[in-house]
Amino acid sequence: MRTVVTVKVVPKSEEVSIDTVTMTLDREGARNELNRPDKNAIEMALQLTETHEGEVILLSMGPPLFEEHLRVGIGMGAHDAVLLSDRRFAGADTLPTSRALAEGIRRIGDVDLVLCGEESSDSATGQVPPGIAEWLGWPQLTYVTELRLLDDGRLAGKRDLSGGHEWIAVSLPAVVSVSLGCNSPRFPDFRRTRWAEKNLELKIWSADDLEVDPAELGIAGSPTIVDGVRQAPAPERRRERLEGPTRQVAARLAEHLRQFLRPEA
Amino acid sequence: MSDSTAATAPVAEHECAEHECLVLLEHEKGRLVNVSLEILGQARRMADLRGDEVVGLILGEHTKDLAREALAYGADRALCANSPLLAQYTSDGHAHVVGEILAQRRPNIVLFGATHNGRDVAGRLAVRLRTGLTADVTALEVEPESGLLIGEVPGFGGGILALVKCPERRPQMATVRPGIFEALEPGEPRGEIEPVTVTLTADMIRSEVLEVEEVERIDLTRAPVIVAVGGGAGGDLEPIERLAELLGGAVGATRVAVDNGWISRDHQIGQTGVSVRPKVCVCAGISGAVQFTCGVAGAETVIAIDSDPQAAMFDHADYGVVGDLFEVLNAVNKLLAEEESVASDGHEIPQAGTGGETEKGAVRATSAGLDT
Repeated sequence: MRTVVTVKVVPKSEEVSIDTVTMTLDREGARNELNRPDKNAIEMALQLTETHEGEVILLSMGPPLFEEHLRVGIGMGAHDAVLLSDRRFAGADTLPTSRALAEGIRRIGDVDLVLCGEESSDSATGQVPPGIAEWLGWPQLTYVTELRLLDDGRLAGKRDLSGGHEWIAVSLPAVVSVSLGCNSPRFPDFRRTRWAEKNLELKIWSADDLEVDPAELGIAGSPTIVDGVRQAPAPERRRERLEGPTRQVAARLAEHLRQFLRPEA
Repeated sequence: MSDSTAATAPVAEHECAEHECLVLLEHEKGRLVNVSLEILGQARRMADLRGDEVVGLILGEHTKDLAREALAYGADRALCANSPLLAQYTSDGHAHVVGEILAQRRPNIVLFGATHNGRDVAGRLAVRLRTGLTADVTALEVEPESGLLIGEVPGFGGGILALVKCPERRPQMATVRPGIFEALEPGEPRGEIEPVTVTLTADMIRSEVLEVEEVERIDLTRAPVIVAVGGGAGGDLEPIERLAELLGGAVGATRVAVDNGWISRDHQIGQTGVSVRPKVCVCAGISGAVQFTCGVAGAETVIAIDSDPQAAMFDHADYGVVGDLFEVLNAVNKLLAEEESVASDGHEIPQAGTGGETEKGAVRATSAGLDT
């Protein structure tokens, strides 16, 4: 079974700030990492290969700096990686992004399953996985926390719902988005990462390698625009510290809370 | 077979029904869900600025009462798409039916709840219609002259807000974060209920629901009191749950607590959880990463209890206690339980005072694990 895991390299959220002069995003100070839900997706793909033979191929769209992070994924156990890299991809919103990734999947060929992290920590739309499914014409399962291959060849996924969960079966090929934190991603194997650095040439494809009109890529192909950013306002808080013996502190807290006491708790 | 690459051509601005705002409404157990009511409220407020029509769309097997509810909560028109094939949510079923309706009606704006299912179908439809989709908005406005929708969206863990617009393609679509907008006070249902023809057939649905487990639905966005737990609790939620019970409140959690399996995901607050706006939120054993704190920004009063005096949570709290959360919560629970049992005997609730005895030794910090 051939599984493609789409991954994104993102700045660490806590290290990004707003340049208050230009009112734009300042990513310069931030270190990059593999988007955390994508690591859960890689882990899920690797776990499937433990029970069902197959290969795991990473696919990403971004600048050359993504390469070292893709090698981390190889170190975790993925077999190969493809990077879609081209200036013409830049500035893409989710429509041309999902398009490019779908075309990359088509070009990889013979893909049975696509796994994606549920959303990226930077733009946090969650729209690329269902977008890829629609471009490919494949069924989708989003926000999946567990996957099983059934005896009849279908894939069953567990989706958390508010108030419970459901198990849904789909035929392959399919696109699945994987919930953040649903498993513990394994650490990359140091020797495997070193081997990959020396021996594995990542495939780098440009827009010319994909069957798509460049006018449908990048900024030109993006229906939405970002028209300004700001720091999320944090409400003013009193920041008062309650100190002293526990009994005293508890009494102070009770002052704020007793109005909510229920008569028959 | 799917409709994907044989999609309808993108709809340009001048071709759309520019005064229609369509809302896909979700429902459970015969009622519209809270986020759908909230979106109707906001759609109504925006529509009144431009003389727009708010159209509620409901997919299901029996939707008449839901349609009336939509009309009571701000819709001018309720569209009912009825079919046994729509009794449960499926991506293919919803994408097909909603996609057809959007292609026919060409509204200016389409709004969805940013629930798992709302985002599931909206993401697919945005590609089918080759249009823009703004995700998880926490603010929404329409420019009165142009009908341009402006959405504000959180990113980078919730610490950054961006304004997103879709200048040319139509419809302009957005998924809306639950717990942000206010539903209207329900009035008399007024407006039209319109059945829509459903062309969906069973072979178009490529998934099968094998099993559904429903437990009590928690809606933290409606809780007046929340007691939230983070990594510092080390898995023992008993004092948190007890406090929530005493106060008639709900238990919330950070992603760490949920990932550790201590509590289910629908209790999660924050960027990938829910935004809450209780009168009081007690945060116990929570270090205060922005991915969590953005979710409690709407709380009137925040109380933080953590063993780490440097925890960022204290900067986001009105009252902070550095100490062992078990010691503190057990003491609070004991006090409140005593008052509450006295009250239910018909006596007055005693004033909290310093009491006769003083505790030996100050509240001490312990090395409970911290949340990230």
